[in-house]
Amino acid sequence: MYIPIYATPRPSRRFWPVVQRNLLVWKKLAVPSVLGNIAEPLITLIAFGYGLGTLIGEVQGLPYIEFLASGSIAVSGALAATFEALYSAYSRMQVQKTWDSIMNAPIALDDIVFAEMLWAAMKSLFSVAAIMLVLVALDISRSPMLILALPLLGFVGVTFASIALVFNALAKGYDFFTYYFTLVMTPMTFLSGVYFPIEQMPLWLQRVANVLPLTAAVELVRPLVIGQWPAEVLRPLAVLVVYAAGGYYLALVLTRRRFYR
Amino acid sequence: MSNPSPLLRIRGLTKAYAGHPAVDDLSLEIAPGECLGVIGPNGAGKTTTIRMCLGLVAPDAGTIEAFGLPIPSRVREAKQRIGVVTQFDSLDPDFTCAENLRVYGRYFGLPRPLIDERVPRLLEFAALQSKAHAIPAELSGGMKRRLSLGRALINDPDLLLLDEPTTGLDPQARHLMWERLKNLLQRGKSILLTTHFMDEAERLCDRLLVIDHGRKIAEGTPRGMIAQHLESDVVEVYGEGAAATARSHAALAERVETSGETVFFYLRDARALLRVLSQEPGVRYLHRPANLEDLFLKLTGRQIRDDA
Repeated sequence: MYIPIYATPRPSRRFWPVVQRNLLVWKKLAVPSVLGNIAEPLITLIAFGYGLGTLIGEVQGLPYIEFLASGSIAVSGALAATFEALYSAYSRMQVQKTWDSIMNAPIALDDIVFAEMLWAAMKSLFSVAAIMLVLVALDISRSPMLILALPLLGFVGVTFASIALVFNALAKGYDFFTYYFTLVMTPMTFLSGVYFPIEQMPLWLQRVANVLPLTAAVELVRPLVIGQWPAEVLRPLAVLVVYAAGGYYLALVLTRRRFYR
Repeated sequence: MSNPSPLLRIRGLTKAYAGHPAVDDLSLEIAPGECLGVIGPNGAGKTTTIRMCLGLVAPDAGTIEAFGLPIPSRVREAKQRIGVVTQFDSLDPDFTCAENLRVYGRYFGLPRPLIDERVPRLLEFAALQSKAHAIPAELSGGMKRRLSLGRALINDPDLLLLDEPTTGLDPQARHLMWERLKNLLQRGKSILLTTHFMDEAERLCDRLLVIDHGRKIAEGTPRGMIAQHLESDVVEVYGEGAAATARSHAALAERVETSGETVFFYLRDARALLRVLSQEPGVRYLHRPANLEDLFLKLTGRQIRDDA
């Protein structure tokens, strides 16, 4: 049924067949998809980690490659979720009319948006898990605490999928997403302490960085990957929760507006 | 309506977009086992009406009940018993025909054994057994439409909402589609069919509703409506000079219409006109009974619609 545009999210159990549908498509292309997701971070790791690492030496008491790897895994998760919730979700929503055919069955828009968010987070978890295996294989991290980073990275996926779905709801074509990547995701990557500690930046930029979801993700994930407890948990976790909840609600409102005109 | 419990009951349905009425005070009912045709030019409000029945568009006024369930508050239950074929195919391009059916069955929460049992039967119904493992891109237009129809049947619905199911198909594919739809009607399914093919409406529908600018302008059985609104016979006269000559015989017909280089004489008794025409050399003409297309053109006019 059509729900008032500003109503709280009302997903039902019927979201699950939509996730299953996306999973079934992914299974057909799983190997190239995961390889693609590992290749890019692996190239960055080798080029910057080993190349730049020998020049830089240690950062915050860590060999540079460990510093970089433990931060960039959060970026990979965020990017994988973002990509899925932008390009792929838009294809299903607008180009293939998959959402329309699903809504002719007893599944509501709220179920679909929830399923797309969850699916994008799941997909980012698949690539993050694959990258973890690479980190273990390259002996960059062997910490059992890596396991704890997984659920956290799952929530990072939820956060970035939710934010991306806002832009999906506003999009009039694929070109729009290029702006999102170049104007939002790329600057955020440089500000969030992945490649260098945020303390290297002027204070005002540090303040900006501290309210970015990717900074919060790196703050939580990096220590776990190298086998330590995060120095601060509540504040970065709260940042992620605010972005996830706010982003999801806004995405849902805008998607309802798009469909119930 | 004689039936006390229609499958679908629409009362006073109204919807406007930016001040332009898309659907205007529309009422209709579909009895169990009935095929109701909704005919009207492009932009007449056919698709909007179907979308409101599915709870996808909120009406400005009016009520909809399917199986006695109010829409939209209980649309989920109602949709469990409804099958939909939309105007444009929305098949999943990544899935084979069989997978398209199977995945769609899951949207209805059907148990796996039931889906496994229905999929081969629906592929057979859609004459796609040999294409079970083909993807939609490998299918012809007619095959895609039949797969869409098969998909709409995965939940064994009591009511089918078909939005222009044969638009864009070649004659062979249309005839096969009609044959399948007749088969469904024989099995007791009810159908709401929108179309702008008059032969399709005449062949399949028990009852017709002509709408234009969102408003119902006529309703009845195909034959009954023709008898009510039209003269029984039509004589079409073709050709450049012929048209002018023919117009001079207007007094022999009840009504005369000109469209391009064709003149349409609507009359109850064609004998006098035919006698005159047969004596005029070089005049080409056709005498035929009045049909739904004549009715449609009389009711909605001959001009081309902006959005057509």
